[in-house]
Amino acid sequence: MTDNSNTLGDGSRRDFLLVSTATLGVAGTALAVWPFIHSANPAKDVLALASTEVDLSAVEEGMAITVMWRGKPVFIRHRTPSDIQMAAEVELADMRDPQADADRVQKPEWLILVGVCTHLGCIPSGQKLGDSRGEFGGWFCPCHGSHYDTSGRIRKGPAPFNLPVPPYAFTDDTNIVIG
Amino acid sequence: MSKRQYNNRVMQWVEDRLPIISLMENSGVIYPTPKNLNYWWNYGSLAGVVMVIMILTGIFLAMNYQAHPTVAFDSVERIVRDVNYGWLLRYLHMNGASMFFLLVYIHMFRGMYYGSYKAPRELLWMIGVTIYLAMMATAFMGYVLPWGQMSFWGATVITNLFSAVPVVGTDIVTWMWGGFAVDFPTLNRFFAWHYLLPFILFALVFLHLWALHTHKSNNPLGIDAKTPQDMMPFHPFYTIKDLYGLGFFMIFYLYFVFFQPNFFGEVDNYIPANPMVTPPHIVPEWYFLPFYAMLRAVPDKLGGVIVMFAGVLILYVLPWLDTSKVRSARFRPVFKQMFWIFFLDCLVLGYVGAKSPDEMFMGIMTMTTLGQIATTYYFFHFIVLLPLLGKYETTKPLPNSIAEEVAKKYAQ
Repeated sequence: MTDNSNTLGDGSRRDFLLVSTATLGVAGTALAVWPFIHSANPAKDVLALASTEVDLSAVEEGMAITVMWRGKPVFIRHRTPSDIQMAAEVELADMRDPQADADRVQKPEWLILVGVCTHLGCIPSGQKLGDSRGEFGGWFCPCHGSHYDTSGRIRKGPAPFNLPVPPYAFTDDTNIVIG
Repeated sequence: MSKRQYNNRVMQWVEDRLPIISLMENSGVIYPTPKNLNYWWNYGSLAGVVMVIMILTGIFLAMNYQAHPTVAFDSVERIVRDVNYGWLLRYLHMNGASMFFLLVYIHMFRGMYYGSYKAPRELLWMIGVTIYLAMMATAFMGYVLPWGQMSFWGATVITNLFSAVPVVGTDIVTWMWGGFAVDFPTLNRFFAWHYLLPFILFALVFLHLWALHTHKSNNPLGIDAKTPQDMMPFHPFYTIKDLYGLGFFMIFYLYFVFFQPNFFGEVDNYIPANPMVTPPHIVPEWYFLPFYAMLRAVPDKLGGVIVMFAGVLILYVLPWLDTSKVRSARFRPVFKQMFWIFFLDCLVLGYVGAKSPDEMFMGIMTMTTLGQIATTYYFFHFIVLLPLLGKYETTKPLPNSIAEEVAKKYAQ
């Protein structure tokens, strides 16, 4: 016992060993946790399914189609001139998430949006004939009552943001690639 | 602890090597229990029985369930139609979830009425709240597994709550999903968690019992036991009382299992999940309705989420919000009335949660407005009423001892 007693020099050396072992142990554990956390993020095959091609030639003016992209619906609406006019003329200051219609489309007649309500993820109605389109002629979310306009912008209800525009590109006049 | 002797040589042999025989005897047979417990003290043990039923039925269901979006719905239907007694396993499990919550809610309100959370039982109460949280997570993920429309959209809406977190909200939701929408990775991991969490819950129940056995049960008088005359051995007095109550409970539970197996469910969950169509009315299971009403009471997304979580988490600090030294509502005339108003308020919240937000309540206000009033009162009860009552309420004189009160009762 006397050999192991804490003399002054011995004590500080032990403290050093204790603190450095504990520090290294905590840091090592923290690093080892990351693979577990990251394994829950989207896997490579999920990421690989990230683009969708769509032929728009059959979509007449005033019609809308829904396609699937990354497991979510994408709304494609062939807007009428009055839809476009309504979206363009509105006062931006009145909006919760102000954005000009021109910034949300590549060609004014084609409105392409992720069809997921920005509140809690329901699918708004307004794609089919006879669906409720809400007070602003766009879409209406039945879950908690959000109204979107003909540019997919939030105008009334609990949703905080506009329906997002996915990345897409026209490969020719009537074909697009989403993603 | 003195060494205990057993006549049975096998028991003695085990006891000498691992004192588990005396441990069981101490905590299940001679365990001292207050003489005056009423039937409101049955619900803890009833919840324990249901937990065991849930784990057993769950393990056997898992042997036939398949966690993939293409087959999950059909595998559940197969369990009900083709697997021998699969219908029984599934309906015991499905209704068992509702029963578990019902019993635990009664158990919690019992604790509130008789002040069971007060010193020295604060940690016992807090472990209980943690068990309740584990139950909520388990129930939510279990509801997703049949992969019907309500499963899918319930999962979507609840996981989307986390998108309200500033800056990293979307990343958190993608991480929880393992993709860009609720899909196979989500279903598969929910199944894994749904299998794991009940065992964590089981371990928490042991901590709950350990804390309980440290200071023993509270009682309807809310006074401390002072002498051995205040207590009775757990066996046979409370084993028989618990069993008697269990008989009545099983009649109630099995009525639903055999005659109304879908009473607590939603019809829409018998439509297979469709990521492209949201059902017109999304309603959570009944046991989440009060919190759903709180979520919808706040017009702001993040605010609603915070208020909803606060509604549950405030239970953790209840032992410190209630400043009264008197435990039982029997001796707190004002608190007793406030307790019943609070109970009613919780029912109102549940009612609002089941209705659509724009619906009118008796033609005077919308459900949203009623939800806002009820949510405000819920927090008012905890944050304002309880601390002030402890200071200003005139309590009735407390009895001298449990034994004296019991003797008085039987002398009449």
